[in-house]
Amino acid sequence: MKEFRMMTALAAVCTLGVTSAAADDIKVGVIAPFSGPFAQYGTQYQQAIEAYQALHGTTVGEHEISFIYKDVGGVNPDQSRALAQELLIRDRVDYLAGFTFTPNALAVGPVITQSETPTVIFNAATSAINKESPFYLRTSYTLPQVSIPAAQWAFEQGIRTVVTTVSDYGPGIDAEVSFKTAFEEQGGQVLDSIRMPLATTDFTPILQRVKDDAPDAVFTFLPGGPPTFSYTKTYNENGLRDAGIAFLGTAETEEVNLQGLGDMAIGLNTVYHYSPAHESEANRAFLTALTDLHPDAVANWASVGAYDGVHLIYEMVKATGSDGPAAIEAVSSLKWESPRGPLEMDPETRTVIQNVYIREVARDANSGLLQNVEKGVIATVGDLGWTQ
Amino acid sequence: MNLLLNIAVDGIAYGMILFMIAVGLSVTMGLMRVVNLAHGGFALMGGAIAHWLIEKGGLPFVGAAALAVLGTVAIAMPLERVIYRKIYGFGELQQVLATIGLTFLIIATIDFWLGSSLLGIPLPETLQRSVDLGFRQLTAHRMTVIVVGCLVILGLWALLERTRFGILLRAAVDNRDTASALGINTGHIYMATFALGAGLAALGGILGAELLPIDAYYPLRYMVLFLIVVAIGGLGSILGSFIAALAIGLVETAARYVLPDMATIITYTLVILFLATRPQGIMGRAS
Repeated sequence: MKEFRMMTALAAVCTLGVTSAAADDIKVGVIAPFSGPFAQYGTQYQQAIEAYQALHGTTVGEHEISFIYKDVGGVNPDQSRALAQELLIRDRVDYLAGFTFTPNALAVGPVITQSETPTVIFNAATSAINKESPFYLRTSYTLPQVSIPAAQWAFEQGIRTVVTTVSDYGPGIDAEVSFKTAFEEQGGQVLDSIRMPLATTDFTPILQRVKDDAPDAVFTFLPGGPPTFSYTKTYNENGLRDAGIAFLGTAETEEVNLQGLGDMAIGLNTVYHYSPAHESEANRAFLTALTDLHPDAVANWASVGAYDGVHLIYEMVKATGSDGPAAIEAVSSLKWESPRGPLEMDPETRTVIQNVYIREVARDANSGLLQNVEKGVIATVGDLGWTQ
Repeated sequence: MNLLLNIAVDGIAYGMILFMIAVGLSVTMGLMRVVNLAHGGFALMGGAIAHWLIEKGGLPFVGAAALAVLGTVAIAMPLERVIYRKIYGFGELQQVLATIGLTFLIIATIDFWLGSSLLGIPLPETLQRSVDLGFRQLTAHRMTVIVVGCLVILGLWALLERTRFGILLRAAVDNRDTASALGINTGHIYMATFALGAGLAALGGILGAELLPIDAYYPLRYMVLFLIVVAIGGLGSILGSFIAALAIGLVETAARYVLPDMATIITYTLVILFLATRPQGIMGRAS
């Protein structure tokens, strides 16, 4: 946190000096949680941005690129909009970025449309956000983008009956609906769809019900951290694993909390777009840069979302400097090699088209740490939720 | 029939975990009458120390848990002397503000020390095993929690009702001035009781971590749960908290079996209805 304050102070000082000096300075405002229970997101973004700048420098052509970090705290659309206005009017930023939660991203829609500011979403995963302004670009993913491939893959594996258990809020319901529709289209059967209240602490009754239904697999969507911990614990202890009911998830085994899950996570299957265990030159370069700067850093989807987001901003600056509409146009079908694999912008949805990987949690033989090992890939999936 | 058995087993197991995490609060807030919103902070301390001892120190679970409880007590005692001694004299609202402030301090300290991700407390192999009950499985860990919960309630009952310390404590709480005029060292009694509450909080945090996992924001995440158990049980009654925890466990578990989508709504509605008709709780004295 101290580091973050210093960065902001530093950024503020730089800004002061620059407004009077070179006009050729490009500023990017990053709106994310840097304090409170979701501070991890802000940290992940900032670390990834620093890693990108360490690898690619802070200048593009004649433009010097700097980042201004603003703390939105948590789910707080009003604060998000206020920070966006402050960044645009007082700090005169040319680009906005960040946005962990859908309401925070949606809140800045009218502002960025008016100011024609390209805004790169690092995380918020509700498909409909990008319809609210032509200036949104997204380098994360959308829930249908991973849930639908999960359904198709499950069916290919011979899974015919599934019970879905999702946390009862926006993203959970998105995941349930996409999975169910896709799985039934394939000819599979969803025996039961349980929506679990967000306050659920003991998952035993729910998983006991799943066990009694005896499906081939249970599909789940849970917010990372404590709920995932209790859920997977109960999944193992109540004998669902032993009964051969396969676990199918998306982001549940994300890396920041993965070690905390311990051995009970081994063998869990998830369908998702990024694992730091991805074998590629680009990923190794990213991870090396990241851990050189921050030895304790753990990369997850939020880091790679930010890393690719910065790449997009660099490309926009390279093409047009700070001309918003032209910048969006310039990258509308950009292709590049990301740490997660090949990426391509979709000109219609302005969300990345990417590989989706089938992963299984296993212990790395060298480090002894748990990781998501990729064991299959579904190539180039776009935002499948756009037309829903 | 099977459903009823499932509800009974899971409800009691869940209720017992609720009792374990709330019993410390029942001591500090119930017996000592201090609105101790920092209760979850002490549970977090216990959990974090246990996590650190197991993961970094390589200690076995039981040793780490015991040391973590002692460690929390060792931190709580000077805190009592320096901070809580002043808080006792505050009005209720000021107590709320002071102890919630202390909670934020504890959260920030743990966040600074160990980060904001999950702090796992791995169980030994013996506690992870599932035990076959005939009609279903239950983990050895949950059975342990049920046994420890019963021991804690018996121990507290014996301590409060059958020992000299219990008599002194009840006297000090009921009328502190008269008690000290009679030569009872109320300062020491309060400190010992507070340490007991903090130690129980730490024990509950560690034993309950399988269900309510430890992370830096633990105190805020589960504060409502602790408070509901103590409020329903009735201030000052350990037995009340015990009954309340089991009742909440059973109701919520039944709701999760029958109508999982509505479980939270059903539970909280019943809590509101109960407190509206009986604000002093199950065992509380009407004021």
